Amino acid sequence: MDFPYLSIIALSPIAAAVIILMMPKERGENSRMLALAAMILGLVLSLYMYIAYNQNLPPADARWADTLMFVEEHGWISSIGVNYILGIDGLSATLVLLTSIVGLGGVLISWSIDDRPREFYAFFMLLVAGVQGVFVAVDGFLLFFFYELAVLPMYIMIVIWGWKERREYAAMKLTLYLLIGSFISFIAFLVLYFKLPEQGLPLTFDLRVWSEAQFPFELQKIWYMPLFLGFAVLGGLWPFHNWSPDGHVAAPTAVSMIHAGVLMKLGAYAAMRVGIQILPEGTVYWMPFIILLTLINVVYGSLIAMRQRDMKYLIGYSSVSHMGLVSMGFAAMNLTGFTGAGIQMVSHGVMTALFFSVVGMIYDRAHTRDMDKLSGMMKVLPWPSVAFIIGGLVSMGMPGLSGFIAEFPIFLGVWSGGSMNLSGTIFGLNPANYYPIVAIISSLGIVITAAYVVRAIGTVFFGEYDGHKWHDMRPILPIDKFTLVMFSAILILIGVLPSVIAPVIQSGMTPVVNRLIEAQQTTTFMDTVQSAATHLIHWLGGA
Amino acid sequence: MTSDITPSWVLALLPEIGLVVLLLVVLAYDRGLKPPDRRKVGVVTAWGAFIVLLLTVGQWFVLGEPDANASLLGSLFWGGMIRHDLVTLVFRIMFLMALMLTSLISLDVKPLQKGEYYALLITATIGFGMMAAATDLMMLYVALETASISSYVLAGFMTTNSRSAEAGMKYFVYGAFATGVMLYGMSLLYGITGQTNYFGITNFLAAAGPAPTEAQAVFLLSAVMIVVGFGFKISAVPFHFWTPDVYEGSPTPFTAFVSTASKAAGFAVLLRLFQSGVLGEPTQGSGWWAMLVAMAIVTMTLGNFAAIFQNNIKRMLAYSSIAQAGYALVGLVSLSQDGSGATMYYLLMYIFTNIAAFGGVVMVSNLTGSEKLEDFNGLSRRSPYLALVMLFAILSLGGIPPTAGFIGKFFLFKAAVDSGLWWLALFGILNAFVALYYYLSVVKYMYLYRSDQEDVAIPVSRGAQIGLALATAVVILLGVLPEPMFELTRQAAAFLFAG
Repeated sequence: MDFPYLSIIALSPIAAAVIILMMPKERGENSRMLALAAMILGLVLSLYMYIAYNQNLPPADARWADTLMFVEEHGWISSIGVNYILGIDGLSATLVLLTSIVGLGGVLISWSIDDRPREFYAFFMLLVAGVQGVFVAVDGFLLFFFYELAVLPMYIMIVIWGWKERREYAAMKLTLYLLIGSFISFIAFLVLYFKLPEQGLPLTFDLRVWSEAQFPFELQKIWYMPLFLGFAVLGGLWPFHNWSPDGHVAAPTAVSMIHAGVLMKLGAYAAMRVGIQILPEGTVYWMPFIILLTLINVVYGSLIAMRQRDMKYLIGYSSVSHMGLVSMGFAAMNLTGFTGAGIQMVSHGVMTALFFSVVGMIYDRAHTRDMDKLSGMMKVLPWPSVAFIIGGLVSMGMPGLSGFIAEFPIFLGVWSGGSMNLSGTIFGLNPANYYPIVAIISSLGIVITAAYVVRAIGTVFFGEYDGHKWHDMRPILPIDKFTLVMFSAILILIGVLPSVIAPVIQSGMTPVVNRLIEAQQTTTFMDTVQSAATHLIHWLGGA
Repeated sequence: MTSDITPSWVLALLPEIGLVVLLLVVLAYDRGLKPPDRRKVGVVTAWGAFIVLLLTVGQWFVLGEPDANASLLGSLFWGGMIRHDLVTLVFRIMFLMALMLTSLISLDVKPLQKGEYYALLITATIGFGMMAAATDLMMLYVALETASISSYVLAGFMTTNSRSAEAGMKYFVYGAFATGVMLYGMSLLYGITGQTNYFGITNFLAAAGPAPTEAQAVFLLSAVMIVVGFGFKISAVPFHFWTPDVYEGSPTPFTAFVSTASKAAGFAVLLRLFQSGVLGEPTQGSGWWAMLVAMAIVTMTLGNFAAIFQNNIKRMLAYSSIAQAGYALVGLVSLSQDGSGATMYYLLMYIFTNIAAFGGVVMVSNLTGSEKLEDFNGLSRRSPYLALVMLFAILSLGGIPPTAGFIGKFFLFKAAVDSGLWWLALFGILNAFVALYYYLSVVKYMYLYRSDQEDVAIPVSRGAQIGLALATAVVILLGVLPEPMFELTRQAAAFLFAG
């Protein structure tokens, strides 16, 4: 049997958590060393796997099951078709690497935490394990299991170590939103599970089987929305994004990093893996509608961000806006859009992790995140300031940085998204034609983003520095510098050399897009709306 | 059924015989101890329960009793009074584990350090075991009374405490009334069919063909009355009114016992009666089924919403146990092998989960003398491991992995979806989120809020440590490796339909 890379990546943090909890109370020191060791181990393995995957990219016409590497398969609850199957494709290889990086950053950034460090690191390890598990799971039940596993430590960490004023409210809100969403997905998943025999497929949760299932169109139409939306809640899709800014703000720095950096990608990833890949016809039917939601996401999210005075809320809403771009890339339903969405996940993940670590450093020293009160931070905290500016440039899609590499294909994909076989017209307007309009309006979101980012940089980092106002302005630790440099370097590297990441992600997205291209049906939700409208007009005319 | 008495007849009752022996040992041992040493009685009971458990499981592994392939007649013993099959086995495991864990968490409760307390726990366990095995209305009634009378006394065991006395009285009055109604239902059933054996009744009904309308009405009436009796046992709405008061007033370890073992015994009887068709054809859409579905929905909803507003943790767990009965009913009304198996699995994991939760309450209230939620403030700083036990128990009640509650709910809702009841599953899941709200608030008390006594650790004796650690370990084990136990309950469920 091959070396179980993926099991180690997903399970070693759990082992670390158990050992940390067993340690005597006085030895908090060791707990963070152990956490660091687990994270470094994960990073090394995921980096190795990423490189290995990069050298063996699957051909463009491969089925999804054939693109998986490092597959591990063991029986678990075999009688009902639940098995322990792990494997990675191009997208999950990248996201596993992203999680390892952000997880390492999270441990480093909370190095000096002093309130119950043992519990902090144990729960943090569980959180990382849950996230990694979702990315490497090839079994639907296992995916769901890890997904739930990730939510709970989130709750506990926000409640215990979060920002005092909002933590109880935000933690409960986040937990209920995410769990309800995922369980609704799961009901839809179960309903489809019992339809598998009708396709001549065995009763199994193995997603490799599911990814070839051809459910009847009527079924896809009904169950696509619960299946997709339940997970898209975690991806921050409007109007279910509400939990996320509150959660970001209330969480301690390391958790905010994982939360915005990785956890939201979990939602987008699961929505794609379970929603889009299993029900391609449902996707083609519903996406022309969902793209309107993502448009609101992008524009509305950035408008709200514009109004924020609290730096964390600013980043929280900008995350909503950026995650909207990921969903929009999916809604484009072509390879360009999907690849852009994949790169955006990584770029946004690293960028927000960077943002939150900077805000955490500032907050620890200034004890406020209010942009009206902060100014001139560049003079005392040059490293975080430069890092924040790099992040800001990424966020507004500056060429040469990763944001551009991600957003450009998304807009390109959406622009040409109408080339799918969408038919029918609403009031003389072909629905295929509104995709370019969506692209144009959503690029407004970028302009707004530029406005609030530049403003934030201007007020917080430049301007007058008043030394009397701050009493706790100590310099940052070398370990913090390392974290900031690591994140910034990745953002620049992707921007300058997109070829380190684009081909891998593209190879992961190709099988999904192929499924969409194979989907035969041509009616969309817009046609249904149109015919309903026609009926209504006829009925009104007749009456 | 065989008429010659074979060793199998005795083996079919081996666990109960073992418990009777244990009962005598406990009573004799107690006499020989001076009052300060009476704590040891609990240790003996726990060991005894463990040995009987080994015997029960051992005879299944070694002798193949109960036989997993036995025919209906081959598994009926003592003149059709009891059935020794996998269902009996599964429930006996539950009751013996409950007895053992309850004894362990009772060890350090001063007023309970008496031989009578443990003796009554053992007789109640005998009653539960016989309830699960019974296949005859006579046997069922005798077993039920054995269990109930012990339980009434246990609820009022702390005679100097007025709340405990009130709980005992209340439990007795409600219980006696429910049992009376049930007995009347049974006599009506006997009047129609002339049979007391479950399978005799089923055969009679099948042979009689469509009954005249009057007979059907009487039949329905008798069935409703029997359900009143067991609805009371499992504390399903609208027969739940006793639950919060009795749970709150009774000695806490006994609350743990009654909320798990007693509930499981009630479900055992309902599963046997309902799935074998004694109370009417088990099909979806029958009036019967609709009534139980409505009961499941109302039970979960009322239990969960009422629990939100409690600030006494025992009352909160009482309402939560009402809600949990609602979930378990979902498996029952799925009317499938998977569904009944899921219900058994759920009850099994609930025993460990709830005893762990109540165990935490016992330890804390032993020190503080009250059961307010505020007593749990700062528990994670006072006693991190106790807080961890409570955390896992709470997660399991809330249905979050990696605990057994998650897998248990998954099996239940999966069975429901399989039977086309996806709306019921959805309802159950939405309910589970209401529940999560108050379960997580317990976590908040333990981990977030501070108290001024954080340096005073909660004393947990060795025996209680073992009990709590065992319960927690099983909760995690059943959550991570559910397959062997789920297979057993699934196989067992096949026997319910073999009538």
